[in-house]
Amino acid sequence: MSMDFWILLTGSLAAVSCAVLGCFLILRRMALMGDAISHSVLPGIVVAYMISGSRDSILMLVAAAIMGLLCVFLIQWFNNRGIQSDASIGVIFTSLFAIGVVLVSLNARQVDLDLDCVLYGEIAYTAWNTLQIGGMDLGPRSVWLLGGTLLLVLTVIGLFYKQFKLCAFDPMLALALGIPAALFHYLLMGLVSVATVSSFESVGAILVVGLLVIPPSTAYLLTDRLGAMILISAACGVASTVLGFALAVWLDASIAGCIVAAAAILFAVTFLLSPKHGLLFARLRRTRLSRSTA
Amino acid sequence: MMQLWDSLAALATDPNLRWIALGCMLLGLSSGMIGCFAYLRRQSLMGDTIAHTALPGICVAFLLTGVKSLPVFMLGAIVAGIAGTLAIRVITARSRIKADAAMGIVLSSFFGIGIVLLTMIQHSGDGSQSGLDKFLFGQAASMVGSDVQLMAGVSLLLTFVCTLLFKEFKLLAFDPAFAKGSGFSTSLLDFIMQALVVTAVVAGIQAVGVVLVAALLITPAVSARFWTERLDRMIMLSGAFGMISGLLGAWISSQVFQLPTGPVSVLAAAFVFLVSVLFGTKRGLLTMRLTRSRARQQLQALQGSTASVKEAG
Repeated sequence: MSMDFWILLTGSLAAVSCAVLGCFLILRRMALMGDAISHSVLPGIVVAYMISGSRDSILMLVAAAIMGLLCVFLIQWFNNRGIQSDASIGVIFTSLFAIGVVLVSLNARQVDLDLDCVLYGEIAYTAWNTLQIGGMDLGPRSVWLLGGTLLLVLTVIGLFYKQFKLCAFDPMLALALGIPAALFHYLLMGLVSVATVSSFESVGAILVVGLLVIPPSTAYLLTDRLGAMILISAACGVASTVLGFALAVWLDASIAGCIVAAAAILFAVTFLLSPKHGLLFARLRRTRLSRSTA
Repeated sequence: MMQLWDSLAALATDPNLRWIALGCMLLGLSSGMIGCFAYLRRQSLMGDTIAHTALPGICVAFLLTGVKSLPVFMLGAIVAGIAGTLAIRVITARSRIKADAAMGIVLSSFFGIGIVLLTMIQHSGDGSQSGLDKFLFGQAASMVGSDVQLMAGVSLLLTFVCTLLFKEFKLLAFDPAFAKGSGFSTSLLDFIMQALVVTAVVAGIQAVGVVLVAALLITPAVSARFWTERLDRMIMLSGAFGMISGLLGAWISSQVFQLPTGPVSVLAAAFVFLVSVLFGTKRGLLTMRLTRSRARQQLQALQGSTASVKEAG
């Protein structure tokens, strides 16, 4: 029972951090930044592993966060030099990931690096890692880590809420008012890096990407106010965690996969039934309108 | 130096290596060509999304047929990829969610569902599922002859279709409204192009893996953009860059023990990209700097001559 509690708590903490940050990402049309960051941390993780020789080190977290920020910086640099942002994201994160894979394969013999954990662990074997970690050290360590991350995210967003809001909706006006938009861009991306890295260690990369995009999009279909959007998004994240965990127990399948699937189900329901922007109500409004004009 | 030549010659003579090198080159060629259109239509990350949507397709194909065979996996992946692109289109067309978020939603939900299916297959205790993940992580060096032949055949087909429909795709990329006005079915063309992207991605997954397959589409196309302003040249260059990356990947990985072909190909493409960013004749950093300093000199010369004219007057 208490094991289930720890799993739910870890999942929810990660979900809330990601869901809050994701709102700003999708408003700034950078939803895939989380995907890019979560993949480009691989070389950082490998180098940290080669130096420290263990998988549970602060060094690994720091190295991964540095790689995440480097990825953001490079994407921005190439974007400023005339490469479309989507292309620049694609080129940078695949190159960094390829460096990571090559480092893993080159050092596999000397360093005895577990390919399953470093490379596969974050892609398809997320389930195995989550389950194993859930059994053994999903206790305080990852909860503390994710709790700290959430506190950091909420503090920074809370302190600079107005600035982030303005940068999300009208970066030109923000610049004209003297708000350093570039600084807030990097601050946001730094938070995304930290959230990605700390969540990814315990819940896996694909879950991070899913939680950064799906709950905020669900919230985006339900409200037009940023404050409400953040709250709904966080609630969706927690709901997906609980629902997904129940699904995973029922199906005897990957927890991370089930949480993403649950988030997707919530999104699909909202997409169809949202009173504001849902498919069904839009169609109803249209028929009513055409009837009233006819 | 002799060793270098020997190793290069081995690519041509060693039958296994020859197939892998040829397969990687053809894959690079076709993805590079198709990637140009994806780049111009601002769909560079479509490749990444489609690669992730392949997972549930492969799992369902395995669950339905119970066999581990490459053609079945590819078929399942292609169907799932097309479903994914349709889902993205429905989400962006029928709600206010933007393309990037729609791609993120489809990418992570399909992959999440795929992981659920994969773990269900694994937990069911069927011993024969081990090939599923191999397909996803890409191991060009371990591909057998028939796999490579299939990949090469698909790549040739893609190159052929892309060449055949060059004019139509060009129109669609630059002026879809005009294309529609001229009587082309833009939705059909759009669908064909998406199907080509899906097929290219699926063919590439087994060689380089889910995460890196996006690079085969984007990186050569972005690199080619630095050298030319013409689409036909861009496509040829991009195809050539893709081929070179594939060849380098196959060659270098055959030389170093345990070095995987896919990531090395991607790094070779990244190297070509860096060279293009610096030295590209149209948009390269060096060219831009030269043009700017030349313009400044001309301006100064002009200002100098007007000043002397004024003094004389």
